[in-house]
Amino acid sequence: MLDLLAGFVQELRNAGLPVSLTENLDAMEAVQHIPIEDRDAFKYALGATLVKNSAHWRSFETVFEVYFSLRGPEYKLVEDSDDALEEMWREMQEQMRQGDGRGSSGGMDSLTPEEIAQMLMQALLNGDQAMMRALAKQSVQRFAGMEPGRPVGGTYYLYRTLRNLDLDSMLQKLMDASREEVGGELTALEERLERDEYQSRIEDFKKEIEAEIRRRLVADRGAEAMAKTLRKPLPEDVEFMHASRDEMQLLKKSLYPLTRKLAARLARKRRHGRKGPLDFRNTVRHSLSYGGVPADPKFKFPRPAKPELMVVADISGSVAAFARFTLMLVYAIQNQFSKVRSFVFIDGLDEVTDFFKGTEDITEAIHRVNTEADVVWVDGHSDYGHAFEVFWERFGKDVGPKTTVLLLGDARNNYHASQAWVVKEIRQKARHVYWLNPEPRSYWNTGDSIVGEYGNFTDGTYECRNLRQLESFVEKLA
Amino acid sequence: MQHRFASVQQVRDGLRDVNYLADDGIAGVAFLADRLAKPILVEGPAGTGKTQLAKSIAEMTGARLIRLQCYEGLDESKALYEWNYKKQLLRIQADKNSDSWSEVHDDIFSREFLLTRPLLEAISAPDPVVLLIDEVDRVEVETEALLLEILSEYQVSIPELGTITATQIPMVFLTSNNTRELSEALKRRCLYLHVDYPSMDREKEIVLAKVSGITEHLADQVARIVRSIRQLDLKKAPSVSETLDWARTLMLLNAENIDAQTAKDTLHVLLKYQSDIAKAAKELSADLG
Repeated sequence: MLDLLAGFVQELRNAGLPVSLTENLDAMEAVQHIPIEDRDAFKYALGATLVKNSAHWRSFETVFEVYFSLRGPEYKLVEDSDDALEEMWREMQEQMRQGDGRGSSGGMDSLTPEEIAQMLMQALLNGDQAMMRALAKQSVQRFAGMEPGRPVGGTYYLYRTLRNLDLDSMLQKLMDASREEVGGELTALEERLERDEYQSRIEDFKKEIEAEIRRRLVADRGAEAMAKTLRKPLPEDVEFMHASRDEMQLLKKSLYPLTRKLAARLARKRRHGRKGPLDFRNTVRHSLSYGGVPADPKFKFPRPAKPELMVVADISGSVAAFARFTLMLVYAIQNQFSKVRSFVFIDGLDEVTDFFKGTEDITEAIHRVNTEADVVWVDGHSDYGHAFEVFWERFGKDVGPKTTVLLLGDARNNYHASQAWVVKEIRQKARHVYWLNPEPRSYWNTGDSIVGEYGNFTDGTYECRNLRQLESFVEKLA
Repeated sequence: MQHRFASVQQVRDGLRDVNYLADDGIAGVAFLADRLAKPILVEGPAGTGKTQLAKSIAEMTGARLIRLQCYEGLDESKALYEWNYKKQLLRIQADKNSDSWSEVHDDIFSREFLLTRPLLEAISAPDPVVLLIDEVDRVEVETEALLLEILSEYQVSIPELGTITATQIPMVFLTSNNTRELSEALKRRCLYLHVDYPSMDREKEIVLAKVSGITEHLADQVARIVRSIRQLDLKKAPSVSETLDWARTLMLLNAENIDAQTAKDTLHVLLKYQSDIAKAAKELSADLG
């Protein structure tokens, strides 16, 4: 048990969770009070002692599943010993070769795919948890085609299983069935509620399948190896440029609390800043109560000017996500700046400040940026040079000594002219010019990236691959 | 030491008796907190029953609830203890001649002249207490340090008097709305519990338990619609307390069934931003079609 926990904690640390020694000891003590058979309680016990940030829960859960999925009675694989397991593999392979999907051991194994689909639909319709779990097991065994020692990730098996089950049309079928049940049309509200219900059940079922695949993989390869391949980055470490759709959702979700924290921190910083020079008048006035002795010196509070911000962002495909998140972050804390103006470009350039003005809904505004902004000039491939030229021509006069200009993009210019002189000119007029690049530093200046050429004329070029880096930059800025 | 709870199940049943429906996580962590004698840090969105949890635990164990509401500018004299200056002054002036200096000095720094504030009170109470430190994220990072000694050692050091150690270890709850990151030192000393919006089934049970006279059918509908709304991208998702308010409103209106029109008319109980209301109304009535 101790070894298992030690390995578990080690893996958590590898995944980036900060687990201190005391927390580790707490966990050891906690598990003495909770039996490992009660898996949910056990999970929460470990979670409460080891994970102190709700955003890290997902990573924790994955590692937990990997390490403890083979323990606890109802989570066991069908067979117990290793021999039987191998037998099962062989049997499955055979089934695959025969291609008729019919097993020999009777019971559930002898069902045809159509019958399975039928049963699944019944289970989903009634919300039958046990049935769904059994079906998940069955369909993984049948459709995933897993082979021991095959170096493929779990997603491949997941895809294979889901393709065979065709869950998308399942939703439609379920809706039809419930419509039939009521006998007639549902109102729009009822229909929506039913749909939500079934959708969440199907989600549950998918999770069940995922867990089943993971269990089998762990049984095949061992916990350590699996933990490494399944390791999911923490939300603040997810790279903008390579985020999957799920990760994007996650990023969006964690962006809001992050901006709130950032705003609170910045406001506090502003208020509790260093004291300024002696306030002579105030000191003399207070000295009157000490009989004219300046016993209580008063200081002026510095009032740091709020910077004026101009964000110029590349929104072409590769870096669109990054631009979106930066804009969201900047606008979420816009009261920390005296004025925020934003411009987007691909090869043409357009101002989008107005999109953010009338609405409170940043997501909505971003959507409008993506659909309405007029950013294509010739062919819709990034042309930084031309975009900067247009910027200088149309808005160059608005850049003043209080302005901070942020340039966002990977500077992959498709071998167009760089027009780096614009950046140089901007720097001479503006207070600061910064370049944020979502690419890893090692890729800079390779291929058609010319970030170095622009970078020469900026006050700093920063790597901004994930929320953590973005946050620390914005904090520095305000 | 005597444990308060025998099992996780007992915690859950006990909480159910006082009308608090705990899920696995909540009951498990409360049980652990008792066994490990550690405080619980409860985080989560506003209105999901964080404060209520502490109250319910107090009610369930028959303990007195001592509450410290945190705010910016909270200091030692508000949270821990303060010397009663006026009384000390009186004591000095009362008999100027009789006592020697050292006697007076020792005397005015005794327990008699100490004003206890919530934290010290929780430590020194002879009866069982539950200490609730509410919205701990509102105090400054420096002030957090005040809490550290009491949270890990259950003691308070007073320079003039010595260390006061707890006679019995109270259950301690800290709640946070997550407006800022709490310090590592504080987090390390606590068990962490994240309370999120309840699942649909649990929310339905909560509505049934808290709103008297509501029908099963209506509660079910309420829970379903609220779940639907929470999936939208809103500025502020409806909290559990707002769900309850909504259910009560529907009861007052004698609604037996929620159709799109009723839902639309009463949405303002559930949502507090105009843009959110507009969005939800649109989604509930006009989508699909």
